[in-house]
Amino acid sequence: MREVRKTAAIFLTLVMIFSLAACGGGGGSQKSTTSITVFNWGDYIDESVLTDFEKEYGIKVNYDYFSTNEEMYVKLKSGGTDYDVLFPSDYMIARLIKEDMLHKIDMNNIPNFEHIDDKFKNLNYDPNNEYSVPYMWGTVGIAYNTTMVDEPVDSWDILWDPKYENNILMLDSQRDSIAVALKKLGYSLNSRNEAELEQAKQELIRQKPLVLSYVGDEVKDKMVGGEAALAVVFSGEVTAIRWENEDIDYVIPKEGSNLWFDAMVIPKTSQNKEAAEKFINFLTDPEIALRNAEYVGYSIPNTTAIAMLDEEVRNDEVAYPDLDSLDNCEVFEDVSDIIEIYNRIWDEVKAAQ
Amino acid sequence: MKRQWLASPYIVWMVIFIVVPMLLILFYSITEQTEDGLQLTAEHFRRFIDPIYINVLIRSLALALACTAICLLLGYPMAAILASREYSRKKIMYMLIVLPMWMNFLLRTYAWLTLLERNGVINTVLSILGLPSLDILYTNEAVVLGMVYNFLPFMILPIYSVLSKIDRSVIEAAQDLGGNNITVFRRVVFPLSLPGVISGITMVFMPAVTTFVISRLLGGGQFTLIGNLIEQQFLSSGDWGFGSALSVIMMLMILISMGIMNKYEQENGGGALW
Repeated sequence: MREVRKTAAIFLTLVMIFSLAACGGGGGSQKSTTSITVFNWGDYIDESVLTDFEKEYGIKVNYDYFSTNEEMYVKLKSGGTDYDVLFPSDYMIARLIKEDMLHKIDMNNIPNFEHIDDKFKNLNYDPNNEYSVPYMWGTVGIAYNTTMVDEPVDSWDILWDPKYENNILMLDSQRDSIAVALKKLGYSLNSRNEAELEQAKQELIRQKPLVLSYVGDEVKDKMVGGEAALAVVFSGEVTAIRWENEDIDYVIPKEGSNLWFDAMVIPKTSQNKEAAEKFINFLTDPEIALRNAEYVGYSIPNTTAIAMLDEEVRNDEVAYPDLDSLDNCEVFEDVSDIIEIYNRIWDEVKAAQ
Repeated sequence: MKRQWLASPYIVWMVIFIVVPMLLILFYSITEQTEDGLQLTAEHFRRFIDPIYINVLIRSLALALACTAICLLLGYPMAAILASREYSRKKIMYMLIVLPMWMNFLLRTYAWLTLLERNGVINTVLSILGLPSLDILYTNEAVVLGMVYNFLPFMILPIYSVLSKIDRSVIEAAQDLGGNNITVFRRVVFPLSLPGVISGITMVFMPAVTTFVISRLLGGGQFTLIGNLIEQQFLSSGDWGFGSALSVIMMLMILISMGIMNKYEQENGGGALW
């Protein structure tokens, strides 16, 4: 028996040495061939752009997807992968800055930054615009199928109308769904008041039997296929849905909604900040931004590229609303100090029957 | 004794990939990061004792039980057909059962999504035939359907393997002694096949009770099962403590049910597959 233990001990040591050597070797080889790891929302880029970048700069791009800001944060925080470029939204950028998880971007390396419209610079989540370069933006509202909904849609209340039982799609995303309930109740979507949040929870639980499904990217397929009458969506999805189904209309409810910005940032895990900056600059190039906008359907903040868009798209009220007309829309603020409450509420909504 | 060292690579493997992760889960479930450093806590377990979460557990168990029962009802006759000597298309049948397992599980579940949609394949066919449409996507039924579809082979195969090993002479003896078909099945074949049935039940029940993919896709996030709750803690809430506590509770329940099954099997003198 003692011999067995000895062999086991020797073996274990060998395994550890080999695995250490393997890790070390892996790290070394990564430096010799430049590569960056990009972490973006699913279905949020024309992937041929990545190949073009690889060709132009000789930098390999590893591409990975997330479906909510929260998921991205958890994955970034748990380590494991050294991401170089992320595409979080406003409030998540604020949180990452607060927790000192982002590199400052050297704007001298992003000459294309000049193409970005001034109204998308120095926003609250990054007041001096040191950490982020805007990628896309939009609003949250209700997409509805005009052949299935007769009455005018102008309020979040319709998502609680029993008439549309099993015809409503909600977002499987904590912040966004809670925001809908808060706005319906007339509160700020950045509420820090636990009583208000509890009320929002009750509203969402009350709504649950009417909801067909809590969805992510699949909302597009569902609305195109006429699987549901009403859906909470990001405005950019509407453009893509309308390419295939013209019966879909979009409204920002009168109670107000969420105005959001997704931007590119470089996390501190990045081993190759220079390559990451090249990538960000490349995506901000008007030609490339245009290709992405035409492929994804979301609204871009790139003035030069917008001028190149089809007139019809450029003047579309859904995709390019006048920012001043969005008075009742709020931008998400970081609530990470009370995030346990948000987490708990969302857990309970999802677990309720 | 001398050859025991042969097992050491496996022991190392199991320690690194099974024992250490389990200890980590246990560690996370009973500790909490506070300002004064790491502290022992029962808070994660206490949080579970809320009607909402208990209901999730009950729902998971109920759906898994329903799935197991349906699999047994469908799978046993199927296994018996496969094991019978008279049936000539046995090989093809066996292939057809195993064939879907060569395809990715996720892909097959996604396929059900498009099949079951309101304007999906099944409903299109039904409406052409003038039949009423089926609206079961995002319901309990759809989740159970997905589970049964995915896990049925795990019920059929162990039962088949035990049934096909039953000595024909035992059955003949029972028939010679005057037992009719029902008696022979009830008193001889079924008791002999019990080890297979028990393996089948375990192999279906365990993945069914912990699944989160099937309930996510076919339940549409409407039907949170314990697997989804655990997934949510790790992937979006980032609450590893609560997630680990849920995993520990899950593992305990599986251990207990395995223990009961094992005991039952030993009493019956079985032990064919595990």
